[in-house]
Amino acid sequence: MIRRTPLALSVVLALGLSGAAQAAGSLNFANWSDYYPPELLKKFEADTGIKATLDAYDSNETLLAKLKAGGGNYDVVVPSDSFIQIMVQEDLLQKFDKSKLPNLANLAPTFQKLDFDPGHDYSVPYLWGTTGYSYDSAQVPGGKLDESWGPFFAPPAELKGKVVALNSMDDLFPPAAFYLGIDRCTEDPQEVKKIMELLSQQKDMLAMYNSDGTIERMAAGEVAMHQQWNGAFHRAKEQRDSLVYVYPKEGISTFIDNFVIPKGATNVEEAHVFINWMMQPENIAAASNFAKYNNAIAGAEKFMDKALFDDPAINTPQDKLERLRSFKLCSPKALALRTKVWTKLKK
Amino acid sequence: MSTPRQLAERRQLLRRLGLIAPGMAMLAVFLVAPLAIMLLVSFLQPGEYGGVKWGEYSAEAYISFFYERDFDDNLVFNTDYLGIFQRSFWLAVATTVGCLLIGFPTALYLALQSEKKRNLLLFLVTVPFWTNLLVRVYAWMLLLRNGGLVDGALGVFGVPEGSVGLLYSSGAVMIGLLYSFLPFMVLPIYTSLEKLDWRLVEAAFDLGANRWQALKRVILPLALPGMLAGATLVFIPALGNYIIPELLGGGKALMIGNLVQLQFGSGHNWPLGAALAFSLFSLVLLALLFNGLRQRGQEVRA
Repeated sequence: MIRRTPLALSVVLALGLSGAAQAAGSLNFANWSDYYPPELLKKFEADTGIKATLDAYDSNETLLAKLKAGGGNYDVVVPSDSFIQIMVQEDLLQKFDKSKLPNLANLAPTFQKLDFDPGHDYSVPYLWGTTGYSYDSAQVPGGKLDESWGPFFAPPAELKGKVVALNSMDDLFPPAAFYLGIDRCTEDPQEVKKIMELLSQQKDMLAMYNSDGTIERMAAGEVAMHQQWNGAFHRAKEQRDSLVYVYPKEGISTFIDNFVIPKGATNVEEAHVFINWMMQPENIAAASNFAKYNNAIAGAEKFMDKALFDDPAINTPQDKLERLRSFKLCSPKALALRTKVWTKLKK
Repeated sequence: MSTPRQLAERRQLLRRLGLIAPGMAMLAVFLVAPLAIMLLVSFLQPGEYGGVKWGEYSAEAYISFFYERDFDDNLVFNTDYLGIFQRSFWLAVATTVGCLLIGFPTALYLALQSEKKRNLLLFLVTVPFWTNLLVRVYAWMLLLRNGGLVDGALGVFGVPEGSVGLLYSSGAVMIGLLYSFLPFMVLPIYTSLEKLDWRLVEAAFDLGANRWQALKRVILPLALPGMLAGATLVFIPALGNYIIPELLGGGKALMIGNLVQLQFGSGHNWPLGAALAFSLFSLVLLALLFNGLRQRGQEVRA
């Protein structure tokens, strides 16, 4: 998944904040562009006396390539859940010294044990979100749709050409599998064929596949339905009140971005201080308020913007928590089948 | 025993080699080496999650270009990649033809202006290069989108707003490609027209040719080298273009460039990506070779 931000902004962040020299008690932090409030880093410097710099990257692939090349000289980076196991396998991450992370106890129960790193040996959550879909209640027939992937994969005829799917097979394949009740990591060609058929039927109804500009399209009412990340939905709803976010009953993918310490980090001590500091409710809440995504720290809600915390799309209601599906790393064979579906879909 | 003459010849040879060495070194480092790496990667086994397994060779990438196991486990001829290549090919052809149709009259007009005006106009043709391509493509997105300038202008003529859906279509990709590559067609044609001896055109008129005949029999043949150069400069980058279909197209159909990117990105199949890129490269090389041989043939005849 690539979350693009205005190019100019990332350049400003990268140029403006990465230049500082490396001194004793310093920290080189890199994050997705436009995903960390610069003021919060100032607060960190004031609280701890550690001099911190912020660098930006635009995708997990970029980060992986940088770490593999041994470059970057980063002390803390924020890869997505989907890349944690790959980075551990490639021996790119350091094991945490958990005695230096007492705030691990602050993690909310849902995030205490995660499939991709059950003991939090290498990673702790930064912000997380869900990949569901949203619709404009003013544009859909009847004003309300089922809480299911059904209306998205087989939209009502009136919505032909008014539905958009994300342009990434890793975002589109799992919900199709959830909807059909198939394991998203299936290696069975017959099951994959069923998913392929569902997606090609849906393709005729779609306006486009596009992962950029989801907020603008929904806010302007240009389309009626959009597969969307919940944080993007929240921003679109601020501009158009008739939008609704769906947690499909068949299951909805979550994504969690995580703090990790790369193998080549030089300021390991400071990295632990930083990660522990970020697990304090008031600090992580500031990051949530900035990026409009929820965090995994219990007690942070007291410091979050009310509008953000009260949005059910951001703060998943208790009765829908069991619909969340955390990331699962599929075998290369399963992923090769996914690529095949994507190529055939767009041949 | 070498005679002084042989010694002098040898010295001259060494000097020549020394003089071309920097150029050859640059070609070796920036052209031959990357291509060799790409060729090597295309014959390796893919790594599990991206990358390659060094030392494990396989021709799998090239085989899977033509054959695949379908969902029912039959080995069948694979038309997916060929279809994508074909689509990119025709889009590049259409771009080249479109650029020729717009570019030739533009170049002719430029060549017929007074020198002062000509320089100003030429300067205007190159102005878009001052801005990054990405910025210009985003400008087109703003122009073409529903509720944008073009959509609004159509609204004046009674076309309901948002009904045409210009952006995210193959039409938008076509507009983007035409726009980006037009200068590459105008400039070479202009160069060959600028050198044209206009007395030949006058002679054609004296010999009773009308305007159309003069254009067809005199100007067009003399502008042909420029048109061929322009066509090459447009066709090749259009064939492999990645960013314009990605941003202006609706993402419903892959182009070669997007297909290669998919293999190196979430497809985790670098060898296939390298093999696809190499197949594209070979096609372009063949086309250039053919063009070169034809030109040489003409020179021999002349």
